[in-house]
Amino acid sequence: MTTFDFLLHGLSVAMDPMILFYALIGVTLGTAVGVLPGIGPALTVALLLPVTYGLDPAGSLIMFAGIYYGGMYGGSTTSILLNTPGESASIVTALEGNKMARAGRGGPALATAAIGSFVAGLLATLALAFLAPYVVKLALVFGPREYFALMMLAFVTVSAAFGDSAMKGLTSLFVGLALALVGIDQLTGQARLSFGVPELLDGVEVTTLAVALFAIGEALFVASQGNTGVDKIEAVKGSVWMTRSDWARSWKPWLRGTLIGFPIGAMPAGGAEIGTLLSYATERRLSKNPEEFGHGAIEGVAGPEAANNASAAGTLVPLLTLGLPTSATAAIMLAGFQQFGLQPGPLLFATSPDLVWGLIASLLIANVMLLVLNLPLVGLWVKLLTIPRHWLYAGILLFATLGTIGMNPSPVELGMLLIFGIMGFMMRLYGYPIAPVVVGLILGPMAEQQLRRALAISQGDWTTLVATPVSAGILLVATLALVVPLIMRMRGQGAVLSQIASDED
Amino acid sequence: MKHTLLSAFFVAALAAPAFATDYMIMAPAAPGGGWDSTARSMQEVMQAEGISPSVQVQNVPGAGGTVGLAQFASTAAGDPSQLIVGGYVMVGAILTNESPVTLADVTPIARLTGEAEGIAVSASSPIQTIGELVEMMKADPGSVSWAGGSAGGVDHITVGLLAKAAGIDPTKINYVAFSGGGEALAAILGNQVTVGISGVGEFLPQVEAGTMRMLAVSTAEKWQGTDAPTLMESGYDVNVQNWRMVAAAPGLSAEQKAAVAADIDKMVNSAGWKTLLETKGWANTYLAGADFDAQLAKEVDSTTAVLKDIGLVK
Repeated sequence: MTTFDFLLHGLSVAMDPMILFYALIGVTLGTAVGVLPGIGPALTVALLLPVTYGLDPAGSLIMFAGIYYGGMYGGSTTSILLNTPGESASIVTALEGNKMARAGRGGPALATAAIGSFVAGLLATLALAFLAPYVVKLALVFGPREYFALMMLAFVTVSAAFGDSAMKGLTSLFVGLALALVGIDQLTGQARLSFGVPELLDGVEVTTLAVALFAIGEALFVASQGNTGVDKIEAVKGSVWMTRSDWARSWKPWLRGTLIGFPIGAMPAGGAEIGTLLSYATERRLSKNPEEFGHGAIEGVAGPEAANNASAAGTLVPLLTLGLPTSATAAIMLAGFQQFGLQPGPLLFATSPDLVWGLIASLLIANVMLLVLNLPLVGLWVKLLTIPRHWLYAGILLFATLGTIGMNPSPVELGMLLIFGIMGFMMRLYGYPIAPVVVGLILGPMAEQQLRRALAISQGDWTTLVATPVSAGILLVATLALVVPLIMRMRGQGAVLSQIASDED
Repeated sequence: MKHTLLSAFFVAALAAPAFATDYMIMAPAAPGGGWDSTARSMQEVMQAEGISPSVQVQNVPGAGGTVGLAQFASTAAGDPSQLIVGGYVMVGAILTNESPVTLADVTPIARLTGEAEGIAVSASSPIQTIGELVEMMKADPGSVSWAGGSAGGVDHITVGLLAKAAGIDPTKINYVAFSGGGEALAAILGNQVTVGISGVGEFLPQVEAGTMRMLAVSTAEKWQGTDAPTLMESGYDVNVQNWRMVAAAPGLSAEQKAAVAADIDKMVNSAGWKTLLETKGWANTYLAGADFDAQLAKEVDSTTAVLKDIGLVK
């Protein structure tokens, strides 16, 4: 049988009414936990595992996959509307999405996120079906040095999001990098900057920092402005739906986001947030309206949301083909496979084709269900913004606090939320960009660990970093991305200077 | 959400018959890991077998379980209904993190399950036996890069013990810590490192598929599912098992401790637990009472020694 026959066979498995029902439960639950603070898809699947013990394996695994996809969808909603990203993969969405929402364009932002997720989920699931064996080979080529090169590329490209002042942007980035040092050093097991506080041993949680800086900092800022605030929220301006120009500006970012997110999700150390960061940086570079970035550019929502969902499908590539869990949810799904006596791994496609192809097919179906479920909700969600401002921000504070306690019930975590919230307020007051802090916290540890691993393996030989074509190639691209704009700027200035000089003549 | 859980807990507590105890089991790790699934398996079996009408699981992740352990020791003291799951990883984490709370501050009840550590290479590796690997390490310890879990964890400790047993300076081993099994496995399969070490279960599917070769296992006896020799058979005096245990709160009376131990004993000997171990692929290494206490003390000593040798603990 060819892949296509297998997929058709899978679709016939997934079309079973009971399976459809499980998929529906999964996506509904997933959307709900994505929206609710503090409960992620990983926890939900863990809670459901014992419940599904007696159920049909195919049905429950399909339900889990639905929760996973649904969670990715739901997470963007709070990011866009309330500026409170529930998971690290939707942090980037908040950057432009929330700006759009306050400008009365919450509807199009939610719609482009939902449709972008659908397009990306669809394409990435098809890629999972047809390309998994090849993509996984690519993922295995990536060792520590290649990851380090990728992180360098990410650092260089996301610096585009640093705002107008390079000095302030770099300051923010280094605050993030400093926070990234807190906790147990993974390679030696020694504690760094934890000051004897056990809760700090695991470092600063990315979502806690993001919620504090984005949501708490902003609520404090708005409160400090009193009723004279310039920062008016307009609930709905123009159509709730996407206009023709919104569509025209969204479809390319959707496709590019998918292209970036899928392979990065498939890499064992990639992670969804790297894909969203790279996609955001790409859209900002390629956009015809770069001045809109930072003020609510629809491309900045469409691309990262597509990348986010594509990487969710990408995560399933190493899980199904190698038995490698590369995210928390994937790890729990692996436990789910084992519960039913199935061992995901190189043999799963051969030993349980019904299940694997049924799973892939039901992901396609779950995607359609999610779109049908989410698009009509857009109108309802946007109404949230018509809530009077003081109530809305009180609600955001409550939501952010609950989410943090829900994820980690500890007073220290709450203290961190508050301290970082005040930090976010100060940064806003003095005009420092916030995103680079989060970027530093996400990329810093990854870059550091991969660099040290690469050097440990090579026993301290730095040339290892450029020893393979892949790592050398990525580093070259990163260098070009850094140097070329500088040269262009210098030449541009040169041209202008000579122009001025000639004018004086 | 915590409120709903709490109120559900109270409702269940009120409805429960008076003679059976409700249990609250803390899994000092994030959902999805080994301790979490141990706690949830206990929950399932204790409820199904009627040992306890209502069992709740609480996750307190952080720092190899030491965050949860510290919270448990301070909040659960004297409460016989509170249990905590832990394991060998915790022994190492307490030492490397210089945790103020140790296993001496809780009441260990029993070892429940265990797994051998497996040492494996990618199928395309030229290394065929554990002996060849050790020879390479003797010639140049740094040239052999080991991929495994977190620094100071059971994987790292096992490599340190092997080096010591083979007469190699443990501070010279080139151990590369990875987060999560997936990443380490990818590094081994992709030939990024010389050799990998992890729980046997992590490697077995790869070995079956012919993508990896198991060189040795770390337990005293051969491990089910692989015919790889033990380290002892190969001439290295190393016997490590990555075990998981359950402990009760500190400050219990002898009767209270005995009642908890009896409940756990009932659980381990139930048909439900046996079926569950089979589906999960866990080995029953149940050990309780004074035997467990002695074994635990011995392992704390040997772990302290090897972590000092590796240089992770001063």
